[in-house]
Amino acid sequence: MSRALLLRGGRVVDPSQGLDAVADVLVRDGLVVEIGPRVAEGAGDDVEVLDCAGLVVSPGFIDVHCHLREPGREDVETIATGARAAAAGGFTAVCAMPNTAPVTDNQAAVGFIVRQAQRANAARVYPIGAISVAQKGEKLAEFGEMVGAGAVAVSDDGKPVVSAHLMRTALEYARNFGIPVADHCEEPTLAAGGAMNEGLMSAKMGLKGIPAEAEEIMAIRDILLAKRTGGHVHLCHMSTRGSVDLIRWGKERGINVTAEVCPHHISLSEDAVAGYDTNAKMNPPLRTPDDVEAMREAVRDGTIDVIATDHAPHHYDEKEREFADAPNGIVGLETALAVNVTWLVKPGIIDVPTLIDKMSVAPARIFHLPGGTLRRGSAADITVFDPGADWTVDPSAFRSKGRNSPYAGMTLTGRVHYTLVGGAVIHGTRVGASR
Amino acid sequence: MTPGPLGKDLLGLEPLSGDQIRLILDTAEPFKEISERAIKKVPTLRGATIVNLFFEPSTRTRVSFEFAEKRLSADPVNVAASSSSVTKGETLVDTARNLEAMRIDMVVMRHGASGAAQFLAERIESNVINAGDGTHEHPTQGLLDLLTLRDRFTTLEGLKVCLCGDVLHSRVARSNIWGLTKMGAQVAVCGPRSLLPNAIDEMGVTIFDHIEDAIGWADALNVLRLQLERMTAGYIPSLREYNRVFGVTRERLDRAGRDVLILHPGPMNRGVEIDSDVADGPFSVILDQVTNGVAIRMAVLYLLSGGRPELAEAAKGGGAGGAR
Repeated sequence: MSRALLLRGGRVVDPSQGLDAVADVLVRDGLVVEIGPRVAEGAGDDVEVLDCAGLVVSPGFIDVHCHLREPGREDVETIATGARAAAAGGFTAVCAMPNTAPVTDNQAAVGFIVRQAQRANAARVYPIGAISVAQKGEKLAEFGEMVGAGAVAVSDDGKPVVSAHLMRTALEYARNFGIPVADHCEEPTLAAGGAMNEGLMSAKMGLKGIPAEAEEIMAIRDILLAKRTGGHVHLCHMSTRGSVDLIRWGKERGINVTAEVCPHHISLSEDAVAGYDTNAKMNPPLRTPDDVEAMREAVRDGTIDVIATDHAPHHYDEKEREFADAPNGIVGLETALAVNVTWLVKPGIIDVPTLIDKMSVAPARIFHLPGGTLRRGSAADITVFDPGADWTVDPSAFRSKGRNSPYAGMTLTGRVHYTLVGGAVIHGTRVGASR
Repeated sequence: MTPGPLGKDLLGLEPLSGDQIRLILDTAEPFKEISERAIKKVPTLRGATIVNLFFEPSTRTRVSFEFAEKRLSADPVNVAASSSSVTKGETLVDTARNLEAMRIDMVVMRHGASGAAQFLAERIESNVINAGDGTHEHPTQGLLDLLTLRDRFTTLEGLKVCLCGDVLHSRVARSNIWGLTKMGAQVAVCGPRSLLPNAIDEMGVTIFDHIEDAIGWADALNVLRLQLERMTAGYIPSLREYNRVFGVTRERLDRAGRDVLILHPGPMNRGVEIDSDVADGPFSVILDQVTNGVAIRMAVLYLLSGGRPELAEAAKGGGAGGAR
């Protein structure tokens, strides 16, 4: 394919090369070939044009944490629908957690996800393999073979790694393959039976709470084990002020720890649970307004490396029930940008380049993934969005099969216009004309 | 049907105002007398279909509601759903829709999940009365406790009431805390810290670590039932120690040298949270609570069905009260 695409006149923001300027981006044969103010002039006649005036042109977003449910729960999401939802949310690549059924804990299972993703022809999907066989927390899964088949990290997400010894071993063994060990930090005896954050709200609502310490105890354990082993621990979906303090402590000491926060933990507090709204039920739970403030601040000051969605589709019926019995999790791929813009960029907590760092550059860097840059010669994985556009969240319009969103009906700011993977427009309508 | 002064449902005491609570208590007064008659029946709710939907076993509350309904001439149907309907696979939302399809007027529901009553109320047009949802609220129990206290002390304003025991898992405690606070009483809790919500101090209550101090402070103790499974779940070391450290005993009351009214929502574990000679003693109003329970439930049924409070006195005599 020698056909070329010109993204004309957008604000090109690429923190990987310190770029923030109005420019054209020329894509040819799936690669970024030129960025500059007057690229259009030398582009030739075979160029298709996307008018990006007034829009931000960014390296494609990368989500290091989502649940695509295939194999096992194809009724709530498939790799294809998840990859299309990702594209609609501006993600050019997502990492799929291994808590599938059966668990993605071997090379064949990893290979299946890779193949399904190729068929989907939407966002790229990178499998994450399980830490332990069947996520049982007992026996290490075959990291080497899984990496060989395409796994980019290991995690038992959805479940904590209860055994400190297993976590230590995983961190050591993962070093051989240069992959992060992503942990779901939850001390199970403290969190058992919990349905929301522990505090005044849970006391009033008569729901069993999950104390902040259930997360923090495991966070510091993992940080200390990373210190001991030199392995790279990645802390999933951090949600408390205490965790932020512990991560900061670890980073100050040069410990190889990275951390993510989810859009819902920088935007919503436990107040959203009022009325027993199961679309506000997730794990870790929505915390206090003070925790939310701490998470925003941690995104700003760099304690939190990346924003990841923890996209977790569930069937409508599963959420339409008593709060304590409803499953945890919300869909997030198609609202992530808007939530981040609305609660981080609009109030001036971070600027657009920092947002792009958290959603694209840093995820690529810490998970050693391609992408996260618009450097000449790199694959043209590009997201074009309007940081000022308002839209109202209508879950029935999601590409995801999941409808479980606490943002339903809210008007948010920040909308994806185009998503390009390898130079192909996988989301968005081409409004520009060939010339 | 026009909404009554309480709105469509009674889900808890937290959403009610002090005036609404006072209205229920005042409305219960004339209904007390009906239960003292030879023929304990008035036609106030004639033709009203009420489903008593109990997903958890209950004797006292279910029977109390049933009497209240029958004495108002409603047509109650008891459904003991227990956990078997869950294993049959029907969801609460389907249960709700089926009830609604039968064109019922009210549902009285006891359910093991906090928020279940609200869940139901949001999905059906019938009035919903929460007869206990998980560890959230048990509003009619809270109301009958308030009525019993008001009977003895004339006013709840400034009254000192201590809830003793397992506040953490108690829907009765939550309804009492809301109801008493809204009526101007002072509320304290006393029990093992492992059975108090961690955030209890943010709920505007005083905390006593020692039952002796609670007895010395309170005008009334509402002694909560200690669920025996709390011990196996590791919240407390033993029932024996619980009684020795936190039990409301004759000796402790004597030592305080003052009269403290004793309430208990039942069923009691005699010799655990409360000693028999206290439960059966002169300051116990435990059976008055049960009697008041019927009057409170009649008042709630009446007000939710659109009954006008000023007509409650007339309603108990005959026709005019019900707005249906």
